[in-house]
Amino acid sequence: MSPILQAVLVITLGVGLSVGYFWLSNLILDNVLFPAKGINAGRNINLANAVRPWLFLFPAFAAMGLYLAYPVFETLRLSLIDRDKADAFVGLANYRQMMDEPKFWEALKNNFLWLLVVPAASTLMGLLIAQLTDRLRWGNIAKALIFMPMAISFVGASVIWKLVYDARPEGTEQIGVLNALYTFFTSNSPEVWLTVPFWNNFLLMIVLIWIQTGFAMVILSAALRGIPEETIEAAVVDGAGPLRIFFRIKMPQITSTIIVVWTTITITVLKVFDIVFAMTNGQWQTQVLANYMFDKLFRANDWGVGSAAAMVIMLLVLPILIWNVVSARRELR
Amino acid sequence: MSGIAGQRSSLAWVVNLSVVFLVLLWLFPTVGLLISSLRTADQISNSGWWSALSTQESQRSPVRIGGDEQDTDSGVAITGTLFDLDGVDISAWGTSSRRPNEFAPGDTAELKDGQTLSVQADGTYQFTAPESQEGKRLPRVFSTATTPPEFTLDNYNTMLFGGGSSSISKAFLNTFTVTIPATIIPILFAAFAAYALAWMEFPGRAILIAVVVALLVVPLQLALIPLLKFHNAIGIGKGYMGVWLAHTGFGLPLAIYLLRNYMVGLPRDIIENARVDGANEFRIFTRIVLPLSFPALASFAIFQFLWTWNDLLVARVFLIDSTGQTTVMTNHIVELLGTRGGNWEILATAAFVSIAVPLVVFFAMQKYLVRGLLAGSMK
Repeated sequence: MSPILQAVLVITLGVGLSVGYFWLSNLILDNVLFPAKGINAGRNINLANAVRPWLFLFPAFAAMGLYLAYPVFETLRLSLIDRDKADAFVGLANYRQMMDEPKFWEALKNNFLWLLVVPAASTLMGLLIAQLTDRLRWGNIAKALIFMPMAISFVGASVIWKLVYDARPEGTEQIGVLNALYTFFTSNSPEVWLTVPFWNNFLLMIVLIWIQTGFAMVILSAALRGIPEETIEAAVVDGAGPLRIFFRIKMPQITSTIIVVWTTITITVLKVFDIVFAMTNGQWQTQVLANYMFDKLFRANDWGVGSAAAMVIMLLVLPILIWNVVSARRELR
Repeated sequence: MSGIAGQRSSLAWVVNLSVVFLVLLWLFPTVGLLISSLRTADQISNSGWWSALSTQESQRSPVRIGGDEQDTDSGVAITGTLFDLDGVDISAWGTSSRRPNEFAPGDTAELKDGQTLSVQADGTYQFTAPESQEGKRLPRVFSTATTPPEFTLDNYNTMLFGGGSSSISKAFLNTFTVTIPATIIPILFAAFAAYALAWMEFPGRAILIAVVVALLVVPLQLALIPLLKFHNAIGIGKGYMGVWLAHTGFGLPLAIYLLRNYMVGLPRDIIENARVDGANEFRIFTRIVLPLSFPALASFAIFQFLWTWNDLLVARVFLIDSTGQTTVMTNHIVELLGTRGGNWEILATAAFVSIAVPLVVFFAMQKYLVRGLLAGSMK
């Protein structure tokens, strides 16, 4: 069967089945199990209304349970057993093996570098652009253009930036912007930038900053718009300059939004895989955890160490997860 | 007052200029790739894309002259043109790589064995020799010429319709096959659950909302091996079915979260009135809440579409097998980066085809995308 036909069939089946499920289960609930008539009508209506939420929730939560919650525990289990020893429990042996690998420490170190630089740079750039375009007549066009990389895949962005970093042998015309500028201004010989250890990490980070700044800008720009006009007017009347207004009046009012943006980008950074995979594949000391894990799982076929690396990512995400849950619960009250 | 006004306008200038600078900074990498995809392989490797915009003088790659010989009184002659281009203006030429600018256009060069060659500014040349040159190597011509900006759609033609191993038409179709069901299926599941979480009273509601918030940030890296094992166990293995299910599962938390936040904001009166009128929850949901939630549904659909279209990891793990028949665009590009790393005309074109669809969606539906982003992170 051709994949396209299969796709059409799956769409029809999926939509049909889910509509059918919700419709039929409601019908059975109202007419067969707890009919709203006879001597028990009142009790039946209450019973039906107590069951109905669970009918509505079941398919989505079953799918999430299977595809997101169960894997967390299964990965934990896999990280504690050894596939080559008939799945015997080996305790922390996989973790110990991982810690003996210099590549793991390199990945962890680079990940922290990413965590330090990317959320900060994206949020600050986003805030700067949001503030600059706030009162601009063509601000919306400018924002749309800076927001655009959000639609581009990490792989597409990697190709775009690889052309910027491209290097040709000395003596030939440079076709990468970076080397063209570098050779023009310094008259040094061109560098193969992606192979320069340590600094190449920053070149990869620029790709993610380029993408995430638009995200930060959109959210922060909405937050800036949401600041009550009176507070700013009062500051203007009191003679505060634009910088003072920004830092003393606006910033404190959008702190919580800045934190949300910061943590959201932090999560993205922890999961960053495609950029490193497509641009250097972890060579030249650019390894990060997600790519290290992928390498272990699918190239070395070592599920134990791969799962251990995945658990490290989970551990790093955990504080943000808890913070999100706590603040969501605070809001519900 | 005028002093303040003057200060204002100079500040406005600074703001305008810095925004222009930032926009250009953000655009130039993409523009570079777009322009590169419209140039021939030769042009790309001979000059940076930024010089494609203006008429420029550059050294062209050498051309070996050739063509039919005509007999003349003093031997044979070959005439022809160096390039099939309009508007080329040769400023200097030569016949050896050491002195590529030896002659001016119109000069006649005396070569070995009584051969002569003359090249005109427009690229036409005349070569003469005392005897037939059949079977011998004719001289090469080096030239420096100014050429007007010149773009071609040939790259797109070859990459989309040309067949061959680097063609992206198959990956393009496959990507659509992955994204459309993966975008549509989760919406219904999520909508029902979001309605229950927003408007139905039941014990444990707060906990379930917290669970959704928690699952929102669980890295899908953790799901790869357990789910691959699960797919193998239930017999779907690697394939479209697997990738559709995986994208559905991974997309649900965001879908439920976005839709619930939106549905909670719907006016209470409408729903209460319907309840008083005796409509049951199923009818309220399908007749009132679902149509009113269209903006949130659209937001999520865009997110999910962009995410599944741009995804590499999930496709690699759950879809792409060793036959290579089910490759998607992102994976195809990564493979091209490995095998055709220096062929920028191929890479640029492939990348641009893959980002064209999301860009169209992005600019057409930006309003919903922004709304979704705000709903997803402001709360």
